[in-house]
Amino acid sequence: MELFFNITLNGITEGMIFASLALALVLIFRATRIINFAQGAMGMMTTFIAFSFLNAGLNYWWAFVFILLIGFVFGSLVERVLIRPLYGKSELNPVIVSIGLLVVLEGVAGAIYGNASHGFPSAFSQSGITIGHTKVAFSHFDLFIVIAVIILMVGTLGLFRFSTLGLRMRASAFAGEIARLLGVRVGLLLTLGWGLAGIAGALAGLLVAPTSSFGPYFMDLNLVYAFTAAVIGGLESPVGALVGGLVTGLCISYVGGYLGSGLEPLGALVLLIVTLMVRPEGIFARPAARRV
Amino acid sequence: MSTSKTLQWVLPMLEVKDLSVSYGAVNALRSVSFTAQPGVITAILGANGAGKTTLLRTITGLAKPKSGSVRFAGQELLGRAVENIARLGVAHVPEGRGIIAELTVEENLKLATLWCLGRGERQKAIDHVYELFPRLSEFRRRHASTLSGGERQMLVVGRALITRPKLLLLDEPSLGLAPLVTAQLMTLLRDQTAGSDMTVVLVEQNARSALSVSQNAVVLNLGEVVVSDEASVVAADSGLRHHYLGF
Repeated sequence: MELFFNITLNGITEGMIFASLALALVLIFRATRIINFAQGAMGMMTTFIAFSFLNAGLNYWWAFVFILLIGFVFGSLVERVLIRPLYGKSELNPVIVSIGLLVVLEGVAGAIYGNASHGFPSAFSQSGITIGHTKVAFSHFDLFIVIAVIILMVGTLGLFRFSTLGLRMRASAFAGEIARLLGVRVGLLLTLGWGLAGIAGALAGLLVAPTSSFGPYFMDLNLVYAFTAAVIGGLESPVGALVGGLVTGLCISYVGGYLGSGLEPLGALVLLIVTLMVRPEGIFARPAARRV
Repeated sequence: MSTSKTLQWVLPMLEVKDLSVSYGAVNALRSVSFTAQPGVITAILGANGAGKTTLLRTITGLAKPKSGSVRFAGQELLGRAVENIARLGVAHVPEGRGIIAELTVEENLKLATLWCLGRGERQKAIDHVYELFPRLSEFRRRHASTLSGGERQMLVVGRALITRPKLLLLDEPSLGLAPLVTAQLMTLLRDQTAGSDMTVVLVEQNARSALSVSQNAVVLNLGEVVVSDEASVVAADSGLRHHYLGF
């Protein structure tokens, strides 16, 4: 029972991280119909920049804020420079470009920082909190992860639901041509969507790094899990990304805890295949309302 | 002030000149010219494939022309971005009900006001549309995807009128509507245009109902202007009607 409890806690924490990276994928997919395979590598790159900041003696929280801003700029730049020329061309082009970016970023990070893994400092203690007399598998850092991702999710949903900027972004994502006819600067808002995704990806990198072997490839597996989470959530809904992240995190945690951690990627793959077989449109797909 | 007002009435608001558009080897429009005046509805008529939709899409920047010019209130529109043309006061209701199905009725309306109205003025403009179409206010919180065809048409026309455009382009507003609803829509259009300084260009396959509310008519055939005259003259020409308009 205690094992189950601890595995569940671990699954929730991991799930929140997958959710933030899945949110990045969702923001981009719903705005531009592109799966950004480089999202994890972009988060890796911003985390390495954070690593340099921290090594240079910068305060953790200042580095944290800067990295989220850099993530925003990075995401926006990738859209403007690499992705924008591909709109209206074959759907395969952005796939190739984003995978190319992934390879380049990992190569660059390896060339600068080496391929060995580094220790990334953690903002809070990573040893489990003691409740009564038992130590549970939930540290102060885990609590920070959960709170940070909840803030990200609430912020994103609030932006979309309650602000006119969010209204413009949704309109641009759902019906770009009509939005333009109504005076909406769709191009700018698509860039903004990529920028927001850059923030979510940068956050995921910062949250994963302390508890993993931090190196040029440390986000690869997380991207696979986040992709699974995004597909479960329907690829278009931020709430879906959160639920998908939690489902994926729990599944992987149970597979790892009961069957062995080597089977975790396989568990995610099975989850992805089952989702595509049973409910290919995902849990939170928007109603299929297309004009006739 | 008064001089510029007078000038506006003398000069056409919209002046399309020698406009040619082609999709690959197909010439969609061949040297099309016409003008449209404020306070007047100009009908663009013709069969399927005559180039009516392409004409509107070129005016609002959605289609790129080969040659020609489109002047609106004295400014050249060609080469400008779609959203910048919209911000000059050009409202385009595209073919097939341009609602945004994923947004609510009110969000659809609000979206159109964002570029030109301040926070305080938006709700007033939205309420004005609800006065025009009381049915829409019942559905304000519902997703636009749940609306019927007629209600969708109310929404897009209301959304186009909300910014008080100087130029209103309507592409087949009667498509798929019951005759009674079409008649109501045309009456509304006539009432909104008469006495205002709004220039209306109405693309229709339903020539009979379009001619009943317009003052001028342009008949297109295979991308070329066949006739450009007063609506009553076009309606009275039985040969023309028979040949190009199907009634």
